[in-house]
Amino acid sequence: MGYYFKTSDLSVGYDGNVLIHDINIEIEKGEILSLIGPNGAGKSTILKSITKHLEMISGDAHIADASVRHMSFKDLAKKVSVVLTERIKGELLTCYDVVATGRYPYTNSLGILSEEDREKVFAAMRRVHAEELAGRDFHSISDGQRQRILLARAICQEPEIIVLDEPTSFLDIKHKLELLSILRSMSKEKGITVIMSLHEIDLAQKISDKVVCVKGETISNFGTPEDIFKTEIITDLYGMEKGSYNIAFGSVELPRPEGEAKTFVIASCGNGINVFRRLQKEEKPFYAGIIYENDIDYHVARYLAQEVVSVPAFTETTEEDFERAAALMDNCDEVICAGFPKGAKILERLEEKARADGKLVSSKAGL
Amino acid sequence: MKTSSLKEIKTGPAAYARYTGVFVGLAIVMFLLVVWNINSGSVHIPVREIARIIFLREGAGETTAYNIIWKLRMPRMITAAVLGGALALAGFLLQTYFGNPIAGPFVLGISAGSKLFVAVMMIIVLSYVKSVSSIMMVAAAFAGALISMGFVLLAARSIRQMSMLLVAGIMISYICTAITEFIVTFAKDADIVNLHNWSRGSFSGMDWDDVLISSVIVLATFAVVFLLAKPISAYQMGESYAQSMGVNVKTFRIVLIMLSSFLAGTVTAFAGPISFVGIAVPHIVKMLLNTAKPIVVIPASFMGGAVFCMLCDYIARVAFAPTELSISTVTAIFGAPIVIVMLIKKQER
Repeated sequence: MGYYFKTSDLSVGYDGNVLIHDINIEIEKGEILSLIGPNGAGKSTILKSITKHLEMISGDAHIADASVRHMSFKDLAKKVSVVLTERIKGELLTCYDVVATGRYPYTNSLGILSEEDREKVFAAMRRVHAEELAGRDFHSISDGQRQRILLARAICQEPEIIVLDEPTSFLDIKHKLELLSILRSMSKEKGITVIMSLHEIDLAQKISDKVVCVKGETISNFGTPEDIFKTEIITDLYGMEKGSYNIAFGSVELPRPEGEAKTFVIASCGNGINVFRRLQKEEKPFYAGIIYENDIDYHVARYLAQEVVSVPAFTETTEEDFERAAALMDNCDEVICAGFPKGAKILERLEEKARADGKLVSSKAGL
Repeated sequence: MKTSSLKEIKTGPAAYARYTGVFVGLAIVMFLLVVWNINSGSVHIPVREIARIIFLREGAGETTAYNIIWKLRMPRMITAAVLGGALALAGFLLQTYFGNPIAGPFVLGISAGSKLFVAVMMIIVLSYVKSVSSIMMVAAAFAGALISMGFVLLAARSIRQMSMLLVAGIMISYICTAITEFIVTFAKDADIVNLHNWSRGSFSGMDWDDVLISSVIVLATFAVVFLLAKPISAYQMGESYAQSMGVNVKTFRIVLIMLSSFLAGTVTAFAGPISFVGIAVPHIVKMLLNTAKPIVVIPASFMGGAVFCMLCDYIARVAFAPTELSISTVTAIFGAPIVIVMLIKKQER
């Protein structure tokens, strides 16, 4: 009760062969649901089954208690519109023509647009900031423009749900953000429910109200982004043996350099990040310290350094911490001081030690 | 306002003026061709006399001129127009179905399939019964069209590349033609005379019965196709999008195949296989209209096909009079270069 769109024990696949079974998803009106998961996991298969492009093998989906399985294509067209990965065929189509096809379920039997329909077409184009494309040939515009036009077409169909299959592929970052923010405002202002597959997990985390992880034969996880975006779930979902998922940044990190660390980095207050990343690129294993656990440096170092000498936030550093760092430094051939604020006594002592040992190769101390 | 000016470019007076221009132009050309067709031939008849014969029915049943105009030139011209329109329409439907501008009843082997079935009907059935009615011929041609269409569709399932599909169609065409030739070789002499002209495509020898039957069939089918302009426009976008707009794609696919086969079959039953009209005419019409919207392309293709076939038939009849060319000889000369240009353009894209 209360859910606007739900699937109940839905099984999907091709030609009667089940690919993913027992899909149970429930979302409320105006929510954004993202499907994430590795390539070929079946995200598109699920979307195509919801839109009836593929026959559901068993189970059903419901839109406000109406069964999708038993709905005619005509009725479905008034509730669900799509942005597919498939190319739009047809010749001599202007962008206006393409958007106008969204009015199809509402026009008379010869498909002639009324003045009101035309207004809606232009309103949809304004909505995606694409009015100036109206007279352009649809097949000669850029990928970013094309996605916007296809979205305008979907909006113009006045659906309750928009289903998008990888709408952000091939788009540069600017157009990705633009597209997603249009979706965000459509869902909040007009209560349009959005169901889409996304490759960019960082964006999925930020835009979605609910997230489905698609992997293997079942839905491995379903929940809010807070529930889903955890290092274990994400690394497991994508089978990331190398590299890791950085919760704090919602992004992925490349694998940490292998081997015995011969470099020690003294860093604090975000000064270390560039050094950590440079060492990672050079495939030089390293230690880092001494870093407070609420320091932004810590959130990078923990994924990239062999070992981090860290101190819980808002506690005093102790002599023990210094000894731990000094012990690691003794194993190293070089020490890089990436920088720390003046007056950080314990770090100043570490730097002095490095200089005394003749290991300090570069220093930006006392910023 | 910027928006309103754009609105006008695409949806307002400019586009409509263009559509009107094309239709008026086609109507004028059609009128000129009617006059020209009736006026020329191996027997010269002055225009004044023609007008009298047509409008006042002067000299009915007596003069040669009357017979030439009413029994030869008029029925021939009208069937050329009607069947030409049907061919262009069949081509347009096939192009919509395959999502390829180079599809047409002739290149896909559908005309050849019809030809084979009609040949079988004429030779084998005629040896048992006295006469074969036009309706039976149309039925046989429709069956042949559907069967060769079936083979094309089978090929289309395993072949994704459109150019290879055309190769498959041409092969089917060769096979059907070979079997037809084989049957003709062993047919009785009297049958061959009938078959020979027809199997190469010709509008000659049409009588008023042919005019009536072909017109009723073709115009009725045209009306059905026109009423389907809306789902056809959705289908042009691709099947997935059509379905998301509410079209039952599975049913509609069958409708498209039936209609295009029926039109192509009807033409073949009356005039034999005619090449390139189905590809060239819709292409030119779309270029002229600068749109592929079925609501205007369907009637314009029909008129364009009529005009194209009236012109080609005129040339076939008059160019080397008294010897007549087969209609496909003429349509190919005009149509094939257009197709070649289209292929090259497509490759460039």
